[in-house]
Amino acid sequence: MSELTPSLLLLQLVTGLALGAIYALLAIGLSLIFGMLTVVNFAHGAFFMVGAFLGVYFLGLTGSFWLSLVVAPLAAGAIGLVCERFLVRRLYGRGIDYPLLLTFGLSYVLIDAIRASFGIEGLPTSTPAALRGAVNLGIGFFPTYRLFLILATALLVLALWLFLEKTRYGLIIRAGSRDAEIVRVLGVDISRVWWLIFGLGTAIAGLSGVLAAPTRAVNPEMGIPVLAESFVVTVVGGMGSLPGAVVAGLLVGVVFSMTSLLAPEFAEMSIYVLMALVLLIRPQGFFGKAGALG
Amino acid sequence: MNLQSIFNAIARHRVAAVLLLLLVFPLLMPYEALAANILIFGLFAVGFNLVFGYTGLLSFGHASFLGVGSYLTGIAMVHFGLHWLPALGVGVLAALAAGLVVGYLAIRTRGIYFSMVTLALGQIIYYVFYKSERWTGGENGLRGIQATPLDVGPLHLDFLNPTTKYYVIWLFVALALWLVSRLLASPFGAVIEAIRENEKRAAACGYDVAKSKLLIFVISAGICGLAGGLRALHLSVVPVDSLHYLQSGQAVMMCLLGGMGTFFGPFVGAAVFLYLEDLVTNLTKYWMAVVGLLFMGLVLFFPRGIWGTLVHLLKRHAASAGEHAP
Repeated sequence: MSELTPSLLLLQLVTGLALGAIYALLAIGLSLIFGMLTVVNFAHGAFFMVGAFLGVYFLGLTGSFWLSLVVAPLAAGAIGLVCERFLVRRLYGRGIDYPLLLTFGLSYVLIDAIRASFGIEGLPTSTPAALRGAVNLGIGFFPTYRLFLILATALLVLALWLFLEKTRYGLIIRAGSRDAEIVRVLGVDISRVWWLIFGLGTAIAGLSGVLAAPTRAVNPEMGIPVLAESFVVTVVGGMGSLPGAVVAGLLVGVVFSMTSLLAPEFAEMSIYVLMALVLLIRPQGFFGKAGALG
Repeated sequence: MNLQSIFNAIARHRVAAVLLLLLVFPLLMPYEALAANILIFGLFAVGFNLVFGYTGLLSFGHASFLGVGSYLTGIAMVHFGLHWLPALGVGVLAALAAGLVVGYLAIRTRGIYFSMVTLALGQIIYYVFYKSERWTGGENGLRGIQATPLDVGPLHLDFLNPTTKYYVIWLFVALALWLVSRLLASPFGAVIEAIRENEKRAAACGYDVAKSKLLIFVISAGICGLAGGLRALHLSVVPVDSLHYLQSGQAVMMCLLGGMGTFFGPFVGAAVFLYLEDLVTNLTKYWMAVVGLLFMGLVLFFPRGIWGTLVHLLKRHAASAGEHAP
């Protein structure tokens, strides 16, 4: 094992931020859907996986990473729209467990659908040509692609924030997550808003899959651990909170990356231990409201 | 009305009814290993149902207790040379302890959060066992569990004989079912159902909701641990997947299929699920899609499950016949 120099630690920190960017995106999608619909999307990991597959597929088809970065999330979001319209929508008002179980079943179907279309082996991936190589950060060289992950997430979070805080649609969404009934009375077709939010949330899950694909193995089962990890991030950050999703996502990424440097055998476990600690000290998470867990 | 009186008799002697059926069950199944599997997973689902069906807490971490029960029973036998009978006890105790830790953390949360937290805590246990390769065999699972025969008076209980194995497992399941039935019939059983129906009201009535939840969670973990221990004896290996949250999902599936919150439901669900799995995996490799579609279909159109629907229909029938004034 190489010696632990400050620059090595710093580089590992940035690696953690790059991983955390993916976690943050995943948690944002999950939180967006939960905040509006009070539905926990148990197929979130599956949508991440579908996004990764479609990303690699469109990249092969068109040869353009940028195009696949747009098309694949849109396709994942379209699947999300169909699922909300024909499946999830039937369960509103029937208890919180039902949509959860439905989406759990949906994840199984999505996994087998991808197995049927792309085979069980998974797809080979490579870093897009424009983003290969490494950048000198002053503390050492860092892979360009991972830097791109951090920047892309930052841009997306900024865009989402502007959308939610500064636009009319954002206003409707924020009002709808406070009190859907009142918004409906004011003449807004709230079920349409919910439909679009489910589509947006699943599209973001798909986008995180496209972005993560070059950094990990793309196979039909890749979303299974990701679901559990995005739960950790949402619990740590506070359910339904977007700032919570970002902060906790980055923190979880850093914790994972640091433990995999210092004590590799505890890497996977570390983030769950972090969650257990947060539960003991602050059960509602960093940005969650106390008592909002009912 | 004949059907009704039979049904009432079954409901009154529910434990005896299940046990009688399970006693002749191996004769009805294509092979004994499947029958024993149904016995074990039926017990697993019964344990899970205590938390999900009766208390209304959807845990996605119950695979941990099945797995911990399996692993600790196996480890006690393989690494410490314990006889299978005390080893089973070790497995159950370990599952109870795991239930206490997971339960203590998880009941601090409610609703959807509870499902997410139990799932994530279960993953810690999964990784602990996955990484402790020296003890658990890691990815390959724990192998080489051999149950030495046990002599009880004139009986020679040898696990190499599948029929003997089935009836030994049956005995433990019988014991656990009797326990569960007594528990549900006790005042405590009424308390957990009250919590399911209305938590605030149960608290207002003076019941300690948090403590009751933790207690039922731990008991449920113990039952699942027993199922796990029996599974280790049955398979003579412990696959690492038995700790995974997808395994917890299977318990949810069995309860849902049979009817959550009913005494027989989990067993009906486990039997139908495993029989179907045996049938379908021979026909297609897309078993996962079948399970997923079944899940969605049940949630959308058939949330009472098989046994639950039967109970519902008979109750309605009885009500319309005027036997019980509404």
